Amino acid sequence: MRTLLTVFFKEVLDNIRDRRTLMSALILGPVFGPVMFAFVINLSIDRTLDDAESTMDLPVIGQQYAPNLMRFLEGRNINIVDGPEDIGGAADAVKSGEHDVVLVVPATFGEQLADTIPAKIELYSDEANSQGEKEARRAWNSIYAYNQQLAMIRLSARGVNPRLLSPINVDEVDVSTPSGRSAMLLGIMSYFFIFALMMGGMYLAIDATAGERERGSLEPLLSLPVTRGQLILGKIFAACVFMAASLLLSLIAFYVALKFMPLEQLGMTPNFSLRVVAAAFFLLLPFILLGASLMTLVASFTKSYKEAQTWLSAVLIAPTLPILVVSILTLRPQLEFMFIPSLSQHLILVDMVKNEPLNGLHVAISVCSTLVFGALLTWVCARLYQREGLLG
Amino acid sequence: MIKVDGIHKSFGNVHAVRGVSFDAPDGKITGLLGPNGAGKSTTLRVLYTVLKPDEGTANIDGADVVSDSLAARRNIGALPHGAGLYPHLTARENIAYYANLCGLEKSEVDDRVSNIIALLEIDDFADRRTKGFSQGQRTKVSLARALVHDPQNVILDEPTNGLDVMATRSLRHLILKLKDAGRCILFSSHVMQEVAALCDDICIIANGQVAIDDSVDGIRQRTGQDDLEEAFVSAIKMVGEE
Repeated sequence: MRTLLTVFFKEVLDNIRDRRTLMSALILGPVFGPVMFAFVINLSIDRTLDDAESTMDLPVIGQQYAPNLMRFLEGRNINIVDGPEDIGGAADAVKSGEHDVVLVVPATFGEQLADTIPAKIELYSDEANSQGEKEARRAWNSIYAYNQQLAMIRLSARGVNPRLLSPINVDEVDVSTPSGRSAMLLGIMSYFFIFALMMGGMYLAIDATAGERERGSLEPLLSLPVTRGQLILGKIFAACVFMAASLLLSLIAFYVALKFMPLEQLGMTPNFSLRVVAAAFFLLLPFILLGASLMTLVASFTKSYKEAQTWLSAVLIAPTLPILVVSILTLRPQLEFMFIPSLSQHLILVDMVKNEPLNGLHVAISVCSTLVFGALLTWVCARLYQREGLLG
Repeated sequence: MIKVDGIHKSFGNVHAVRGVSFDAPDGKITGLLGPNGAGKSTTLRVLYTVLKPDEGTANIDGADVVSDSLAARRNIGALPHGAGLYPHLTARENIAYYANLCGLEKSEVDDRVSNIIALLEIDDFADRRTKGFSQGQRTKVSLARALVHDPQNVILDEPTNGLDVMATRSLRHLILKLKDAGRCILFSSHVMQEVAALCDDICIIANGQVAIDDSVDGIRQRTGQDDLEEAFVSAIKMVGEE
């Protein structure tokens, strides 16, 4: 026990003194998540708000032939501007990207309208250009609304009830709660927590084998009257402490960052109170042992520090795979999923953020299975630390 | 007291050690001499238990290096070739770490560490972090670390590599002090003069085998060469001819 503690405290001290490593583990990992998150959220808020509120410029050729339509469009926040000189120029202007969309009103428009012949107008756009397509759809929607309005006026003028034209009235009811809507977006945050947590222990995990070997300190260490199992356990536990610190920091960083994100504008009110922060911490805690032993295990097969870093970057992605699969297939939490580490934490975390009642059995299985996997991998690490190949 | 009896060790196709046997008694300095790649380091690594022999046995004060390796390690202080320190710890902390791992009483650790620092004359840089230490400083700290628990058997793998004249001299004095204290010292080198100046017994290894194992005078007699360097060369040739 004393050996284990000696190794543990030495590793903690060693890592704390290594400023650059500590910075990357405790600052970069936890901060990276919230910053990325704020960026994505703000981008999507910008886009959503864009559509409804911003004014759109619509180049029109032949404005004078449809003054009422122009006024109608302006009423819908569409700014009418002069288009190209002639009709032939409209297609070219869209093709060249000069305009995203061009509306052409032929001279016959007023005449056809008066004769109740469907009046022809042309809308030029480039479907392959996503921004152009959005503007074209908005222009089309507005013109269609004008079309509907005219149709109703005509029917009324002839004594027909316009309601005859809408036999079915579809009313869409969205049952998602504001918390539920946030869960979709906030689902990716469980990955950031796992990422930050792994980053926190990465350097210590490498140091236990590849690092010690490269420095030449492994051989004298192994010639001491201690068992190798105690050495590796002390090292893994030290890594766990830094991983826990990193996890806590990233949770707090998220808590603070969410306060500055205008999520209400997206119709989201994520349940990320301090209570959830604490619960998430304890939920993810069992994953730390698994993460630490997994990284130590992978690093023990590498020949050098650099090689270990390369491999561990791949290991950082591994816990996201089950999360990704489930997100793509949009599977609901099931009992079986709770046996899969990282996935179970993700699903439970999403439920917590959605403010849904926690399933006690799910939590218990998640915690136990993750701890069992962690203990198993730690045991494998200790076994591998016995082999001669360790010396490289 | 170190006893080595017919050990073999292969790495893949390379048969590095082929039946090496020798004794290193207490109160004497035993030198393991041989050209580069002769199997000296492999033999020593078996003795400080980081490698297991394929065949043969070895024991440290009666404790077998394979079946009772923990007890064997308790009685040795080892300085492996190119031993590294922890760069973010001070020299004193590096030494204290080993003292704690060797199981010294907590109350004893500070005194022991201070004593060994004084003995090896490394006070000047004892409280500096070891990052950026010279080769000589690193070797001294590694040696202090290996000796802090006062082991009966001391195994040094090419300890003078990279040391300047003064550092080599003080290392030699230290080894002689350990000998006077009745310790068993086993050290390897490929430098003839160094071994001749220091050792009571010399075990010349070439090609993974013991060419000759005798006192300095004995080697001179048996090879018929007065000059020790000539004796060394002819001993190695004897192995090559077999």
